[in-house]
Formats: sequence, structure tokens, C-alpha cells
Amino acid sequence: MKFGTEIVTLGLFAFLALVAAGFGVDEPFRQHMWVLFFVLLGFVVVLLRNTSFVPAASVDPSAYMDGPIRYGAIATMFWGVVGMLVGVVIALQLAYPDLNIEPWFNFGRLRSLHTSGVVFAFGGNALICTSMYVVQRTSRARLFGGNLAWFVFWGYQLFIVMAATGYLLGITESREYAEPEWYVDIWLTIVWVAYLVLFLGTILKRKEPHIYVANWFYLSFIVTIAMLHLINNLSMPASLLGSKSYSAFSGVQDALTQWWYGHNAVGFFLTAGFLGMMYYFVPKQANRPVYSYRLSIIHFWAIIFLYIWAGPHHLHYTALPDWAQTLGMVFSIMLWMPSWGGMINGLMTLSGAWDKLRTDPIIRMMVMAIAFYGMSTFEGPMMSIKAVNSLSHYTDWTIGHVHSGALGWVGMISFGAIYYMVPKLWNREQLYSLRLVTWHFWLATLGIVVYAAVMWVSGIMQGLMWREYDKQGFLVYSFAETVAAMHPYYVMRAVGGAMYLAGAVIMTWNITMTILGYQREEEPMPASIPALQPAQ
Amino acid sequence: MDYHWMREFADSWALLAMALFFVGTVAFAFRPGSGKQADEAARIPLKDD
Repeated sequence: MKFGTEIVTLGLFAFLALVAAGFGVDEPFRQHMWVLFFVLLGFVVVLLRNTSFVPAASVDPSAYMDGPIRYGAIATMFWGVVGMLVGVVIALQLAYPDLNIEPWFNFGRLRSLHTSGVVFAFGGNALICTSMYVVQRTSRARLFGGNLAWFVFWGYQLFIVMAATGYLLGITESREYAEPEWYVDIWLTIVWVAYLVLFLGTILKRKEPHIYVANWFYLSFIVTIAMLHLINNLSMPASLLGSKSYSAFSGVQDALTQWWYGHNAVGFFLTAGFLGMMYYFVPKQANRPVYSYRLSIIHFWAIIFLYIWAGPHHLHYTALPDWAQTLGMVFSIMLWMPSWGGMINGLMTLSGAWDKLRTDPIIRMMVMAIAFYGMSTFEGPMMSIKAVNSLSHYTDWTIGHVHSGALGWVGMISFGAIYYMVPKLWNREQLYSLRLVTWHFWLATLGIVVYAAVMWVSGIMQGLMWREYDKQGFLVYSFAETVAAMHPYYVMRAVGGAMYLAGAVIMTWNITMTILGYQREEEPMPASIPALQPAQ
Repeated sequence: MDYHWMREFADSWALLAMALFFVGTVAFAFRPGSGKQADEAARIPLKDD
């Protein structure tokens, strides 16, 4: 029977969720278990409706497994729009506090919904589906483990739903980028180990003797996230049927553990994983090999050795020992070298084909992503310098920096990869519309520029106002005055974010129409300059 | 194996081992004859669809 084991297992877990909903020791936990119950019940119903007793047709072991990747591409777009929409909402909440709707939709709960939504739901789905795409095509092997890829895909969606609903219910560990409580963490661990087995298994059965560099980056992302997730979430639940747990660490150790996790989530989730994307999709879209393969190997090892030490720069001028702060600062500055080496490697892949910037909006998007990678990896180390950090820390400058990396690098490279993959995955000749990609490109780029520039002004103003004191040594501004001064910038920031969201909505339309098989009637993009023909 | 022992180990032998490993990867990447292999490896994504 098709899906027999799955139906029984999911039914059993749905029952356990129901039991937990009845016996939970706190109200949010009981509500959360009701959510879990209905989600699992939904899975069971869908599987029951799709089951059959016809013996399964044997699969061609040499064909690539693209089903989970197609679902992953759709999930990426869906969660992207949701996560960015929540971002615009919380930006407006900061400008207009009346928009806080108690208790579920206030800023405190929606903020982690936004960060996890864009990082783990949008970015995570983009990474998982592109890694499955890239590892098969560069190993020339089908995904390992039969339906394991489906388990990883749906298991990850369940994690996202549980994390997101938990935030809205007020369940949080309050660890930055790792807010889900212990039972959701355990579930993510299981899914992540399955993902590691899936990825490594596919690499091990590869037919290509060499492991292409993109896979190294993806693998380092998977392995490091497993390590970070496990250690950062070491905690003791107060009850097996409750939503509260206590961290294994306390005080400054806890703070450092969190930022060791937090910064490496940036380094290995938002950087290494997406560099894997860059090293495959840029050469594919440009139809040229990467500029220097040997530089890519050094890029990889330098990132691995340096990034892991940079976390303490989040804790400058705190109780963290001085030497640890300096260590974090020095390693952050050293990261300039591999980051810019990688950026140059990505950009120079286009050398000799720069006219594609004019003719191919997808390449344009990827190049903009790499440019933002360079810009934000320049800005980050600069902000990690203690003297700069004393001005920038806790201000909006940090928010601007994060968004130039997240919207510029992570977002744009993912959009480029999705635009490349979707016509291939659904066997379409080309996208529904290249003109709409151009629209998306400009909306997104201008949106980021508005966002980042506004946050620079607002952040530096905020930092300067905080430290301003008069001749007698009194602070000149009260905190509320700095908040009032930032209002116009908060409004402008929401406009920048809304532009970026509008670009993503256009993309969703474009991708949907491509999947449905339509072609927009439009003026074609300017053609490449034909090579000059020698005179006869 | 207390904190001080680990701290001392981390900034002596562990540091040396990691530095040597890194230098080794760079030397390996640029060893004689690696250029041709690297060019072949760089073409892997372009071979297949």
C-alpha cells in the first residue's frame, strides 16, 4: 500500500499531539499541540486521499529526483512573500505603534516570525531545494534514500509551521534566530540529520570523481548548522508536557553561546550555503566556468577557519572577557580577505561576457547579489571594530547592515537561482516574462538602497544622540526623544521594504505563470552583440 | 581537563594544527599540476543539465 507506513506513523503522532493538547501543563503548549494535531491530521487526510493499492512503478535509478525540488521552489516563493510581508508590517508597527494588535500580532511576537520567516522559511527552503538540485547535477547521481528527500521537505515545512505558530502564541526561548522551544528544536534536529544523510549519501554515490566546490559549501552549511543548533539549544525542559525550558548555560557563557550560534548562522546559513548557490548558478546562467577554481577552494577553507571565531563581536563592551572581544574583532577583520576573494571570483566569472548584464536580467540579479555580498562583508568587519561598534551597536545601523546582506545578497542570489531553475524543472522553454524580471530587479535594488541608506542615517543619528552630553556631563537627549527623531526614517524604511516585497510579488506572478506554461507577449530583451565577422 | 588546560591547549597545539591545516590546503590547491585539474573541475556544472 502506497504511503502505508507514513499514514500509520502520522496518525499515531497526531494522536500523541491530541493527548498532549489535553494534558499540557501550560495554556500556550496546549494550544500549540492543537495546531500540531490539526496539521498532522491534514497530512494524514491528504495521504489517505492519495494512497493506492497498485504496486508502485519502479523508478529509473539514473533519473534525477526533481519532485521535492519543485515543491521546494514553490515553498521558497510562498514563505518569501509571507516573511517579507510580516517584515513590512513590523516596520509599520515601529512607525505607527497603534498597529500592534494584542496579543498575537504585537511587535515582540511578529519580529521573530519575520526573522525566522525570511531566514529559515524562505532562505532555508531556497537552500534545501537548490542543494538537492545542484548535488544531483554535479554528482550526476539521483538523490540518495528513496523518499528521504520528501521527508526532509515536509519535515522542514512542519518545523516552520510549528516555529511560526509558536511565536504567535508567545512560546519562545528568546535566543536570537533560535526562538523555537525544545520540542520544536528536537524535531528540527531529526529533519536536519535526515538532510545530512540525504546530501552525503548522494555525494557518496556520485558518478563524477571530483566533488564540485558548490557541494563543499552546501555540506559545510549542513554540518555546521547541525553543530550550532545542537549546542545552542542545550536546555532542560521544565516539563515534558510544557513549553518552557531552561538553557544549559548561564550569564556571559550563555550570551557567548548564543552569539557563537547567531553569527555562525549568518556565516554558514546565510553565507556558505548561498555561496554554494553562487558557485553553481552563476556559471550556469553565464554559461562559463567559475573564474578561478583554485581561488574557490581557498575561499572555502578560509571562510571555514575564520568565520567560526567572529561571534564575540556581537558582545563588545559587555561582561565578555576583553581578549574574547578582541579575538572576535580580529577574526571579523580577517574575513575581509576570503569574502572579497569570493566576490571577485563570482564577478570575474562574467569576464568576457559582461554584455550579458544588458541582455540577461537574471545575470543582472546575480551580479547585484554578489555586489551586495561584497558590500555587506565590507561593512560587517568595519562595524566589528570596537571604536565603530561603540557608535553602531544597538542602533538601526545594525538593522541596515543585516538587510543589505539579507535582501541584497541572500534574497537576490535566491531569486536568480529560482528564475534559473523553474523553467528547467517544469520543462518550459523560458520564463513567462523576462521584462517582469527586470521590474523585479529594479524594485528590489531600489528598495534595498532606500532601506539601507535610511537606516544608516537613522542609526548614526541614534548613536550620536545617545552619546551626546553637555558641559556638565548630563545626557542631552532622553531615550524617547531619539525614538521620536527616528519616526520619518521608520516610515521611509517601510517604503523601501514594501518596494522589495512588491518585487517578490511580481516574481511570484512570473513564476506561477511559468509553471502554468504561459508565455507573455512582450518585446524581447536586447540581443547580445553578434561576434564580428571577418570580411570575406 | 579543566578550563585552563583547555584554554592552553586551544591557543597552542590546536592553533598550530589548524594553522598548518589551512596552509596545507592552500599548498594543496596550488601544487604543481593542479591547474589543469582545477579547470576540469570548474567545467563540471557545464557538462550536464
